[in-house]
Amino acid sequence: MSVTQGDNHDHDHDDHGHHKETFITKYIFSQDHKMISKQYLITGLIMGIIGIAMSLLFRMQLAWPDHQFTIYEILLGKFGEDGVMDPGIYLALVTIHGTIMVFFVLTAGLSGTFSNLLIPLQIGARDMASGFLNMISYWLFFLSSIIMVLSLFAEAGPASAGWTIYPPLSALPQAIGGSGTGMTLWLVSMAIFIASSLLGSLNYVVTVINLRTKGMSMTRLPLTIWAFFVTAIIGIVSFPVLLSAALLLIMDRSFGTSFYLSDIYIQGEVLHNQGGSPVLFEHLFWFLGHPEVYIVLLPALGITSEIIATNARKPIFGYRAMVASILAIAFLSTIVWGHHMFVSGMNPFLGSVFTFTTLLIAIPSAVKAFNYITTLWKGNLQFNPAMLFSIGLVSTFITGGLTGIILGDSTLDINVHDTYFVVAHFHLVMGISALYGLFAGVYHWFPKMYGKMMNKNLGYVHFWVTAIGAYGVFFPMHFVGMAGLPRRYYTNSNFPYFDDLTDTNVLITVFAFIAAAGQLVFLYNFISSIFYGKKAVENPWKSNTLEWTTPVEHLHGNWPGEIPHVYRWPYDYSKTNENGEYVIAGQDFVSQIIPLQEGEEEMHH
Amino acid sequence: MTVFLTIVVIALFGITLWQMSKILKLSQAKIDNSQVANDKDNNLQGKLMLAFVIFLYVLMIYCFTQYNSYFLPESASEHGVDYDRLMLISMVLIMIVQILTQGLLHFFSYKYRGKKENKALFFADNDKLEFIWTIIPVIVLAGLIIYGLFTWTDIMNIDEEDGDPLIVELYAYQFDWRARYSGEDNELGKANVRFIEGINTLGLDVSDTYGKDDKITNELHLPVNRKVIFKMRSQDVLHSAYMPFFRAQMNVVPGMITEFAYTPTVTSEEMRNSEFMVEKVATINKIRREKSKKLVAAGDEALEEYTFEYYLLCNKICGVSHYNMQMKIIVESEEDYKAWLKTQPTFGEQLSAQASN
Repeated sequence: MSVTQGDNHDHDHDDHGHHKETFITKYIFSQDHKMISKQYLITGLIMGIIGIAMSLLFRMQLAWPDHQFTIYEILLGKFGEDGVMDPGIYLALVTIHGTIMVFFVLTAGLSGTFSNLLIPLQIGARDMASGFLNMISYWLFFLSSIIMVLSLFAEAGPASAGWTIYPPLSALPQAIGGSGTGMTLWLVSMAIFIASSLLGSLNYVVTVINLRTKGMSMTRLPLTIWAFFVTAIIGIVSFPVLLSAALLLIMDRSFGTSFYLSDIYIQGEVLHNQGGSPVLFEHLFWFLGHPEVYIVLLPALGITSEIIATNARKPIFGYRAMVASILAIAFLSTIVWGHHMFVSGMNPFLGSVFTFTTLLIAIPSAVKAFNYITTLWKGNLQFNPAMLFSIGLVSTFITGGLTGIILGDSTLDINVHDTYFVVAHFHLVMGISALYGLFAGVYHWFPKMYGKMMNKNLGYVHFWVTAIGAYGVFFPMHFVGMAGLPRRYYTNSNFPYFDDLTDTNVLITVFAFIAAAGQLVFLYNFISSIFYGKKAVENPWKSNTLEWTTPVEHLHGNWPGEIPHVYRWPYDYSKTNENGEYVIAGQDFVSQIIPLQEGEEEMHH
Repeated sequence: MTVFLTIVVIALFGITLWQMSKILKLSQAKIDNSQVANDKDNNLQGKLMLAFVIFLYVLMIYCFTQYNSYFLPESASEHGVDYDRLMLISMVLIMIVQILTQGLLHFFSYKYRGKKENKALFFADNDKLEFIWTIIPVIVLAGLIIYGLFTWTDIMNIDEEDGDPLIVELYAYQFDWRARYSGEDNELGKANVRFIEGINTLGLDVSDTYGKDDKITNELHLPVNRKVIFKMRSQDVLHSAYMPFFRAQMNVVPGMITEFAYTPTVTSEEMRNSEFMVEKVATINKIRREKSKKLVAAGDEALEEYTFEYYLLCNKICGVSHYNMQMKIIVESEEDYKAWLKTQPTFGEQLSAQASN
């Protein structure tokens, strides 16, 4: 079912670089997928710096609630007067940290960057199906980022109802200051973000289906592409629901409707709203919210699959099972949203159903974890920084995934719901894991993006500091949660029962600072390598996939001549003939563009 | 111990940096500047992988031993016993899987660290293996699901006709709780926020006679060993009634009534005198005394000595004072409970008292 790229497309590109390109069309309003991918990455990283900085601020508050820090006053202005953090701004920091990290860094920054970079390159296409829509998609994302950052300067504070923006808190400015202008800007920003994400996703799906080069059947796609493809589909299925939820919330806020509001008495006044239900919002929100977890995670898993296979010099174990797991996870992810709502007041029978579907999702996840481990077995592991981050991802994916078995069980959820146990769980399984996927991708494809190599030793330092820091932050956090400490508490000092947790909170904050300092190493490495890095060769990691057959210098259209044809799957690493010799003598990899050798059997995966 | 661990981590970090710089120098001497991992990198990183899994094991052991006083004491409610057993089973299970898989992952990373002359094994598929590790999780999870669902159904099946349950309303608003006892008739009077006026802060329907004998309090007293059904109502935004010692939690949603039921089995007194709690409170008071010293030195008031009481806390973000929205819970004998309840005025009495003023 592979589709050949139209030949008429080819000759346009035989003479590249001759298009008149101005600075603006090349670097700003570019329609080239490689440039757009870089734009996504840089924007995502900048948002990431903001998000992580916020987390450091509220971690300081949690560790030393009685202490006065001048830094609060410098960064938070009137909300940090005399070095005391305002409880409202604490909630705002938590809210915006969550929003930025989930949507702006791990959805757009990760999936946006690598889907754009790799889909055309790895399937053998000149560009995305629609370069123009792709450009629009980025600029909408940029606009939404700007609005989100602007919302930080709202007079009464930015949105502060938690990143899940449950109404009525998010609907009523009387309930919390941040639900005024701050919340309006949040909703506008997210609506634009959703439009951007949808345009991007549609483009990815169309490109993967229609623009594969000759010979690139679906079963010869690298797992990265499978992951991006399926991610785009669940994005298309679930993001519109969030848009509807947001639209109804906008109506409740501004036009006096009662979709989510009923029987409310606040600030000495009865509101007219009647008949609405906040539980409806929770359903709509989590119908996106849960697939969103996999929108964040699947691209990271796809990236890791590719990097682990390349650096283990071994085929990924169980290619078909990996594809099947991605599909199973994607399908199940759309029918588990209710596990966020076991104690929301919805019918307990629904809780039973969602427990069932939720624990089912552990099966494909387990298969993936075991397959990664088996891929390492008897490999010839090349510990490039990208490989370290990939192994790190498998590690945090397992640790974080296992506690999901507790949270996904409606019974056990009763007492750990909304405690720090949950915070620890999802940070490990989707936050840290997806970040590792992002870092792995940057280290691995940096030569393709910038034509330079990143410094490996700084990469190693970055990895080990991050790995120790991440576990140091989130492993002890489970225990704090088991003590019954609720999340989103400005301080725990009003409950003397929690006094003995203070030391652990300090420890967590110290680790958070260590981990954050490690990211500075990455930033330095990233920026300095762009300018002063060693020039990359065409295929530095000796990889099989198509992107490494393109020249280091970027061309609009990717390949200088014709688009290469594909003759094999992407994981022929260390493949030997019967006599024990490599298929191509002296070389432990066989690029996808090399036809089957004499006497070689094609694997049917 | 915390300080010690921090120092160890910083020391390890320092050693890592030092090793890195050594490698950097060595690699520069040979002018291998390709920025692709060579055998030396593979060797060092592989060993660090092994060191890392040891760090991970130490961290796990440290947390489980040092933080075991963080775990909540034995459940003070009837269903909580099942809850705790299911939690224990799940916890043991996931820790076994955690130790095995992390061990394998990092050990393989160490064992198969790359060397130029090594050859990887072309091993792309094995149906048998994949079947095994699909079917094992299926069986284990099926067991957990079934056990979990039975427990869940038991907990959530709230039957007002069964036995003689006490019916109490939990009323949440920014940022406090009220309890409403249903009085002699064990039937709560109708209520809606639209009736809120003056001292009728919970919005009871004055024309509903069931409401006349209701008693509104700001502490929650519960008789031991009698089932309580909580009917929850919110005045403004979402709240969540979280009673960790009873393994109970339910969101409080404006516009609807949510329910949760449990039977308290351990009185406040018994809990306070339990071995676990005596030790825990001693630790806490030690911390508080030390903190007080600093406070007094700075001219502030000292912290109060802590005695344990059950509490209910808000566990759904509800506004700026979310972190301090709590209510004391007292579990006591039937007699003590009745005696306390008698001292509380009924809603009808409150109304007429106001009218006579």
